Amino acid sequence: MQNRIVVGAHYGLRDWLAQRVTATVMALYTVFFVVNLFCLPEFSAEAWRAMFAGGFMRFATFLFWLALFFHAWVGVRDIFMDYIKPVGVRLIAHSVVAFLLIGYAGWAAQILWRL
Amino acid sequence: MSDTTIKKPRPKHLDLKVIRLPLPGFVSILHRVSGAGLFLMLPVLLWLFGSSVGGPEAVAQAKSVVANPLVKLVLFGLLWAYLHHFCAGIRFLLLDMHKGLDLPTARKSAGAVLVVSLTLTVLIGAKIFLG
Repeated sequence: MQNRIVVGAHYGLRDWLAQRVTATVMALYTVFFVVNLFCLPEFSAEAWRAMFAGGFMRFATFLFWLALFFHAWVGVRDIFMDYIKPVGVRLIAHSVVAFLLIGYAGWAAQILWRL
Repeated sequence: MSDTTIKKPRPKHLDLKVIRLPLPGFVSILHRVSGAGLFLMLPVLLWLFGSSVGGPEAVAQAKSVVANPLVKLVLFGLLWAYLHHFCAGIRFLLLDMHKGLDLPTARKSAGAVLVVSLTLTVLIGAKIFLG
């Protein structure tokens, strides 16, 4: 802790915290999802679709996907930082993952608001 | 008393073939593996989700894809990955809150994570794929 160079860097606390907050959101959603699933009148494609079309469920599901993408960003970045040492390769890998996840977020929004 | 413990030679290498990972370490590396697997399969999962809530043709198309035994196997693996990541994640959150930090409890909770996630995978997988 003594030899830190404090030049505007944060020390990963924000990401560490985001990882846990998004994990909690996803865990709560998972329980909410399972309860909703058991409350379905019948298990059919129509009932499944109607479940996600409901206002709150649609919003909660979108939040779940967003939490998942943020969570994946921190997790995959951690893996890359452990195993990919050349800075250039790491930068490219991080960029690819970041843009992929942003694209996925758009995809998830498109799926849910088409319902 | 502490002198006797210090003299015991400690391995200084990290050779994966020689290391015997303790149970909590095993759960930890599986957390990483399952997370990586879920990330890699995100396009498949999003496509399946989108098709499942789409029109009748999209649902039929998704059903025909899932009918493939190889796809079923991959989805079964992903089900395990989600459940393991879920259970191990809750354990890590509790450890962060300094709950169950002592070694015997940590070992037991690691074993519980493996057992609970595997059991749920078999139960839910059987329900989904065998009807």
